[in-house]
Amino acid sequence: MMASGLFEKAVYRLAGDTGFLVEFGEGIDPTINARVRAMAKALENKKPLGVGEIIPTYRSILIIYDPGETCPDALFPVIERLETSLKTLKLEPARLVEIPVCYGGDFGPDMVNVQKAHGLTSDQVVQIHSHPEYLIYMVGFTPGFPFLGGLDKRLFTPRLETPRMRVPEGSVGIANNQTGMYPIASPGGWQLIGKTPLKLFAPDRTTPFLYKAGDRIKFIPISEQQFSRIARQEEDR
Amino acid sequence: MTALKIFAPGGFTTVQDRGRFGFQQMGVPVSGALDLFAFQVGNLLVGNQDTCAGLEITVMGPKIEILKEMDIALTGAKMAMTLNDKPVEQWTSIRVRPKDILTISMVQQGCRAYLAVSGGIKVAKVMGSYATYVGGKIGGFMGRPLQQGDILETHGAVLLKIPRALPRKDIPKYPTHALIRVICGPQDHYFDMDASPLLGTPYMVTTKADRMGYRLQGRAVPIKENMPKSIVSEPAMPGSIQIPPDEQPIILLVEQTVGGYAKIATVISTDLPRVAQTTPGDIVQFEKIDLASAHRLHREETQKFRRLKAFFG
Repeated sequence: MMASGLFEKAVYRLAGDTGFLVEFGEGIDPTINARVRAMAKALENKKPLGVGEIIPTYRSILIIYDPGETCPDALFPVIERLETSLKTLKLEPARLVEIPVCYGGDFGPDMVNVQKAHGLTSDQVVQIHSHPEYLIYMVGFTPGFPFLGGLDKRLFTPRLETPRMRVPEGSVGIANNQTGMYPIASPGGWQLIGKTPLKLFAPDRTTPFLYKAGDRIKFIPISEQQFSRIARQEEDR
Repeated sequence: MTALKIFAPGGFTTVQDRGRFGFQQMGVPVSGALDLFAFQVGNLLVGNQDTCAGLEITVMGPKIEILKEMDIALTGAKMAMTLNDKPVEQWTSIRVRPKDILTISMVQQGCRAYLAVSGGIKVAKVMGSYATYVGGKIGGFMGRPLQQGDILETHGAVLLKIPRALPRKDIPKYPTHALIRVICGPQDHYFDMDASPLLGTPYMVTTKADRMGYRLQGRAVPIKENMPKSIVSEPAMPGSIQIPPDEQPIILLVEQTVGGYAKIATVISTDLPRVAQTTPGDIVQFEKIDLASAHRLHREETQKFRRLKAFFG
């Protein structure tokens, strides 16, 4: 294993009779994730026969195939050849997606918890949280739920002791070293510090999602008035 | 054109097709019929295309008023069915007409039945599929299970010239003690596979069993001492058997994409319908097979389906 946790050679793991994982490294690391995305893109560009979905994750790719048309023994060499040619493959420049967030108040009922845990003012939490450009390592859990990397240590806060039965859609939260947002209402135990008026999952639009794995997210603090205005625009779209 | 009026929705009845593909990388699960064999035979019996949508009926059947002439077929779990109070057969096409009342009762064997109708249920396609994803409130009929008073439309279709029935020998049985074949992995290295109770000892299906997953109860499945208790979150295939901290297995199904616990093994695609046809209290027992055998079973299943398709012409 190299210093970054990147494997010298990809590791294959069977996931049933119609899928397998190609692992590129151990742990959560931008270098490993960049390799994942480059490989996923290379595979999408030249999809081998019988391959269905290609799903990039933090450190691996899940490949779903039709066993009537191909099998792992046929696909492993193809992937290995791609991997050796990967040095020449360039990643798309990361898109920066701005997400307006109204912090605190009713939109962020757990802001107080985060403040208390770290002895910060509400403004300081907002400033620290909205400063970084977060890398989207992976999307999943629910449609459009981004797994983000890059949360400032000063905001690491454990999950709620009792998860909520229903977290409203658009909520922005913190769980330990992670931050993220809930595109659809779902149960959840994250500390909610704000809410975005944007529709993060709009199944009826031609592009149902605002971002994908590999993009970067920047949170832009907005007022309640701005929240209402953007929310209305979203309804009209 | 309106085709079905729901008098009583039954236990949990949703519009499903074969699934929603291409969006798992965005966290949209495949959804779709859990017992794909029974579902697809239903479409064959009424002369539908593979892509048509039908109803997935769970444990308790619905009561439906028929609003237009069409062919229907009920496949999957064994549920007594009457048309205007007269008993009618499953796994066979039935001609129904306006004002007919179709009543499907409590399950007798299995868990999920499928109602196919000529032309398929007509609802708006969401991201390429008719399937209801209840958790995401999308697809199917308003993104939710059917309710009393719902009126469903169907696509236009040519009705059958002669009725169709599945040969008796091809009708699956749904035992309360199901043998389920698995392939080890993707995280089998987290477990001592030779000593793991997962392979060989029986597990009971608990009441926490739905389209997201089946929680089982039986002997604890410990993770090796030197391995972490969770993994870096990653997507999971339907059929993945994950082991959470309480060491009781969960079979993940079609309404979940990402999991953070180690997955000891994965149910083979051919046996997923068997899992879907077990109900709380039933016993499942896992048996390890190799990939080549699983692929052979997959081929046999495909051939069986092709043969049926040819049989009905």
